[in-house]
Amino acid sequence: MYIDLVLLSLLTFFSIWAVMRGTLLRAAIALALVSIILSIIMFRLGSALAAVFELSVCAGFITVLFMSVISLTKPMNYVETMEMTKGRIKRFWYLPVIVLLFLAGLFFLNIPVHFKAQNIVSLANERAVLWNLRQFDLFGQVVVLLLGVFGIVILIKSRFEE
Amino acid sequence: MAIDNAALMKLILIFVPLLFIIGFFCIIITHNMIRALIGLEILTKAVTLLLVFAGYITGNMPFAQPLVITLIIIEVVIIAVTAGVILNVFKHNKSLDVRNLRTLKG
Repeated sequence: MYIDLVLLSLLTFFSIWAVMRGTLLRAAIALALVSIILSIIMFRLGSALAAVFELSVCAGFITVLFMSVISLTKPMNYVETMEMTKGRIKRFWYLPVIVLLFLAGLFFLNIPVHFKAQNIVSLANERAVLWNLRQFDLFGQVVVLLLGVFGIVILIKSRFEE
Repeated sequence: MAIDNAALMKLILIFVPLLFIIGFFCIIITHNMIRALIGLEILTKAVTLLLVFAGYITGNMPFAQPLVITLIIIEVVIIAVTAGVILNVFKHNKSLDVRNLRTLKG
C-alpha cells in the first residue's frame, strides 16, 4: 500500500516537474519518467500487456519524438531560457498551491468508498478479449495508425517540397 | 500483490483528479505549443491510470487492457501528427509561441 502511495506521489511530482521545468528537454525527460512510473503501477495492478505497451511506446517512442521536435526547433540561449522560466513561474506559481489545497481538502473530507465489484468477464485472458471480442477495435487502430503515417508523410513531404 | 481495494479507491480519487488538474492547467496556461502537448500527454496518463484502476477494482482487467492499448495507440498517432503540425508552424512563424499565430486564415 505504501509502495503505491509512493509511486503515485512520484507520478504527480514528475508531472508537476514536466509542467514547471524551464527547458523543454528536461520536461520531456520528466514525462518519460511519468510513463515509466505509470508502467510500474500497471505491472503492480496485474496489467502486464498494457504496461509493456506504455513502457515501450510512451516512455520510448514518444520521448524520442518529443526530443526530435525539440531539436528541430530553434533552441533558446541561456538568457532567453532564464527569462522564459521567470515568466513561466509567474504564470504557474499557483499550480503547486492548487495541488496542495486539493490534497488538504481531500484529507479533511471523508471519501465514501462503497464500490461493488462485478465480475462479468468469462473469457480467459486479455488476448482472448483482444482477438475475439475487439476485432473491430483492431481494425480501427490500424486505420488510425495509417492515418497518422499518411499525415506525417504529407507534412514532411510538403516541408521538403518547399 | 494483495492490495486493499478500499484504500486503493481513495488513492484513485485523490491522484487521478490531481493529474487532470496538472494537465489541464498546463494546456490552459502555457504559450508554448510543445509544452501544451506535454499537458495533453499528462491528461492522457490520467485517463490511462483511471482505466487500469477501474479494471483492477472491478476484476475486469482483460477488458481494461485492450482499451488501454487502444488509448495508447491513438495517443501516439495524435502526438506524432501534432508534432508534425508544430514543426510546420515553427517553419512558417519561426516561433513556438501560440500568440504569434497571426497569419491563420478563416
